[in-house]
Amino acid sequence: MSGVRVLVGTRKGAFILTSDGKREKWEVNGPHFAGWEIYHMKGSPADPNRLYASQTSGWFGQQIQRSNDGGETWEPVGNKFVYDGPTGTHQWYDGTPHPWEFKRVWHLEPSLTDPDTVFAGVEDAALFRTSDGGATWQELAALRNHSTGNRWQPGAGGMGLHTILIDPTNAARMYLAISAAGAFRTDDCGQSWKPINRGLHSEFIPDPDAEIGHCVHRIALHRSRPDTVYMQKHWDVMRTDNAGESWREVSGNLPTDFGFVIDVHAHEPETIYVVPIKSDREHFPLDGKLQVWRSRAGGNEWEPLTRGLPQSNCFVDVLRDAMSVDSLDECGLYFGTTGGQVYASADAGASWSTIVHDLPAVLSVEAQTLS
Amino acid sequence: MIRVVLPAHLRILAKVQGDVWVEAGGQPTIASVLDAIEAQYPVLADAIRDHGTLQRRPFVRFFVCGEDWSHEPAGTPLPESVVSGKEPLLVIGAIAGG
Repeated sequence: MSGVRVLVGTRKGAFILTSDGKREKWEVNGPHFAGWEIYHMKGSPADPNRLYASQTSGWFGQQIQRSNDGGETWEPVGNKFVYDGPTGTHQWYDGTPHPWEFKRVWHLEPSLTDPDTVFAGVEDAALFRTSDGGATWQELAALRNHSTGNRWQPGAGGMGLHTILIDPTNAARMYLAISAAGAFRTDDCGQSWKPINRGLHSEFIPDPDAEIGHCVHRIALHRSRPDTVYMQKHWDVMRTDNAGESWREVSGNLPTDFGFVIDVHAHEPETIYVVPIKSDREHFPLDGKLQVWRSRAGGNEWEPLTRGLPQSNCFVDVLRDAMSVDSLDECGLYFGTTGGQVYASADAGASWSTIVHDLPAVLSVEAQTLS
Repeated sequence: MIRVVLPAHLRILAKVQGDVWVEAGGQPTIASVLDAIEAQYPVLADAIRDHGTLQRRPFVRFFVCGEDWSHEPAGTPLPESVVSGKEPLLVIGAIAGG
């Protein structure tokens, strides 16, 4: 019997939502780690019952939790994230040098093949890896030591490494994105990195076409076409078909091309989803109408998906890690809001229902397809 | 034995209920008590003080016999009433927010 498990990280704990393959009735379990910020939870593709969670607090620092039984029980594992070697400085908001300081883990990306190997994206931006199930973490320091690193600046939410994409056809290749340094790619397992921001245009930085400094909010790819990557930038929805060597804008007829999330249909590599947000000053949907927009052409031509979503007086935000898809035959979509709602669609976005509507502000949503 | 009162979040993290008792050899100090707590409950390493610098986290406070010891040098000897277990060392999550 197939099913879905949706891992929801919120400002005040973690929740696990489960359903069978029909995705009509849901069980809500939680809060786990009540009172702590759960920036991200994700399961291992190689062992879906192996889950990892980033538990963080402004008072008590960072914890990493691991579950071996699908979230029924958890155990804290290693939380020492120590930069490898001299940390140097990056640029502060005012352009002055600022020392690199670890603050929290934004994103956990388990290996596609090994449940004990996980990549962690942290603030201040750096990439760590564990190969012992989270007991110990080592920095892949070539990223932070990139020649542009001393010019990286934090976005409004901090200088977080927030997205990690592993190429399913090439274990040596990985994409990642940092606010507000931009997107990067490695082709040698993290030994070296290349900024991949050509074609991005950001009016808010001194050189709008600079090599780095772009506020990339999220990137996504389909496993069958890993050279094609989609991006929701601060403004603009972008696409590359050559692994980031060049990007082109595909915002098309979107009512606003500001937003945070972007995701790809599980079975249709040219079908992508965004949630347009009014602007960088007003982080809520246009006209109080919560809408997912879908393109079936890989961008440019978009259609609103509204059935079941509030179409008046809705002023929530959908944060960058808060949308996910399942891979059941009829692709399911999920997203969470800063108002505490988690919405689900069992028909690729055509209609939506609310799984739960009064959680703390949702920071992340990850769907697991269970067989 | 020294009695330590932890904030609720850290008691849950350490899976303990009520006060924590630790042995800190020699002349006990806040630093040596924290060493003992972290040895007894490794999950609390980095939760009260930074694991690298050993500096108190900014929103954590220490109270001893009704006084704020947060800014005392961590090597300051604790008073006899705390060393004997009569009075606890309070570890408090500061009230921060509106």
